[in-house]
Amino acid sequence: MSLTRQDVEKVSLLARLQLPPAQLDAMTVHLARIVAYVEQLQELDTRDVPPLAHALDLENVLADDTLAPSLDREEALRNAPKRDVECYRVPAVLGGDF
Amino acid sequence: MSAAAFTTVIGLEVHVQLKTRTKLFCRCSTQFGAPPNTQTCEVCLGLPGSLPVMNRRAVELALRAAVALHCDIPTLTKWDRKNYYYPDLPKGYQISQYDLPLSRDGYLDLPDPQGAGTPRRVRILRAHLEEDAGKSMHDEVAGHADSRIDLNRAGTPLLEIVTQPDLRSPTEARFFLNELKLLLSYLDVSDCNMQEGSLRVDANVNLHLDTPRGRVATPIVEIKNMNSFRAVERALAYEAQRQGDEWRTTGRTLGEVPKQTRGWDDQAQVTRGQRHKEESSDYRYFPEPDLVPVTVRPEEVAAVRAALTALPATRRAQLVAHHGLDPYDADVLVNQGPALVDYFEQTVACGADARRASNWLQQDVLRTLNERGLTIQQLPVPAAGLAELLRSVAAGELETTRARQVFQRMVETGATVAAARQALGIVQVASEDLLELCRTLLAEHPHIVRDVRGGKTQALGALIGKARQRNPNVDPARVKAICSELIAAADTP
Repeated sequence: MSLTRQDVEKVSLLARLQLPPAQLDAMTVHLARIVAYVEQLQELDTRDVPPLAHALDLENVLADDTLAPSLDREEALRNAPKRDVECYRVPAVLGGDF
Repeated sequence: MSAAAFTTVIGLEVHVQLKTRTKLFCRCSTQFGAPPNTQTCEVCLGLPGSLPVMNRRAVELALRAAVALHCDIPTLTKWDRKNYYYPDLPKGYQISQYDLPLSRDGYLDLPDPQGAGTPRRVRILRAHLEEDAGKSMHDEVAGHADSRIDLNRAGTPLLEIVTQPDLRSPTEARFFLNELKLLLSYLDVSDCNMQEGSLRVDANVNLHLDTPRGRVATPIVEIKNMNSFRAVERALAYEAQRQGDEWRTTGRTLGEVPKQTRGWDDQAQVTRGQRHKEESSDYRYFPEPDLVPVTVRPEEVAAVRAALTALPATRRAQLVAHHGLDPYDADVLVNQGPALVDYFEQTVACGADARRASNWLQQDVLRTLNERGLTIQQLPVPAAGLAELLRSVAAGELETTRARQVFQRMVETGATVAAARQALGIVQVASEDLLELCRTLLAEHPHIVRDVRGGKTQALGALIGKARQRNPNVDPARVKAICSELIAAADTP
């Protein structure tokens, strides 16, 4: 599978990364190499290998529905770039174009 | 619409908040209405190094709902990350389920509104367990162009129920939502309160048109932001009309334009275009590495099924078969929730006539609950008390108007039937006193006697009124009977 510059542009938009044109070109090459590396896995015959849902051999790790204390609001809001007394403040969310 | 015959095709996505004390992956409270950002922790804020742990209760409630929706429950289910950026999504991804949902391929039968015929079956594509996002509020005060973010809701467990596109009209969509909400409340898995956001609906809709060139479909639109079932119905009706108009103008069909999301504006009663719907691949789903899968053995599914309480369809059928109610009345009672049906059955078990009990519940009891903002569990009149009152009415000891007064007294003071009657001075009038009163009235009103003799039996109504003025405790039916007898006896030579 080959990776195009358009693919990388789209992925960087989805990841909210703004890459200058030169970096976009470089990234296309880098990413293509990574994808090609992982693609080697396709050479393996996995017909008789059951699908794996998780790398750990564990299941049903569940917690009881019992309340525990939450963070103090001041502590929760401490690292917010912008805030008021109660809330985080962010640039206006209006519909939001993807 | 134009000459082209068309079918409206609707599928719904319903998110219901599950009734847990704590969130899906951490033990912060899910209580509605707390001050902003007081119910968050490292996990639901997505702080580095924190790890989610699945809420056992949420899985149990989701399973209960899925089983009641006749879904298949695979033995293994897992969670995935759905990646997108939005300020109310602190981790930058939502933990949801992609290819191995907790349940799939179920159905919900809608009762025929006419009470007859076969139920309408709406297939359920899947029901999966995921976390909610936070809440953003736009702040226009003092020229602020900011949005304020409250993350209390972030991480709250949601069951997303997705139907197949089986619904064929906006009204049918509303019927489905009513029935689903009723089912979930009987299951006690969710409060289903749209005002508090514990039930939210998105609708997918398009038109299938028969044209001279064959059958065509309009582009699918997803409608969001509907805050009541009535709004869902109106938004769908509006959108069907709009799509028909647009198709006639542009001729554009499914596949020629990307799927669109439109928001319902309840004030203006229109849908408005939002963003173009992203492709599923844009979400870059991948397995959530921080959560291990959950396995559900067939015996566990069987146990969940066995533990299901009687569901709305069953209880409707029971009310008709065991108590002789007609389907309409059974439906009204069942729609009020399981506690009211229990109350009805207790009232009947305490000796009240089923139809009379049904009428009283639908009228006096429901009115009282509405006026006072009570639930049936909070009604100060126990089922046995209502049964005793209705038995007195059936036995002719109390006429209905007086019984209503007794009932109100019981509601207001929590008194027994006897105490309420005594307090209202309602005593049964002795037969001889009643006879005496009737004789007096007839003697005082010879013109009424003449009218009755002349065949105008309705003239007796005036006598009943006068009897009640003299003694409010008299039973109108008995006054009428006695007066008729007295007049007839006087006629006999």
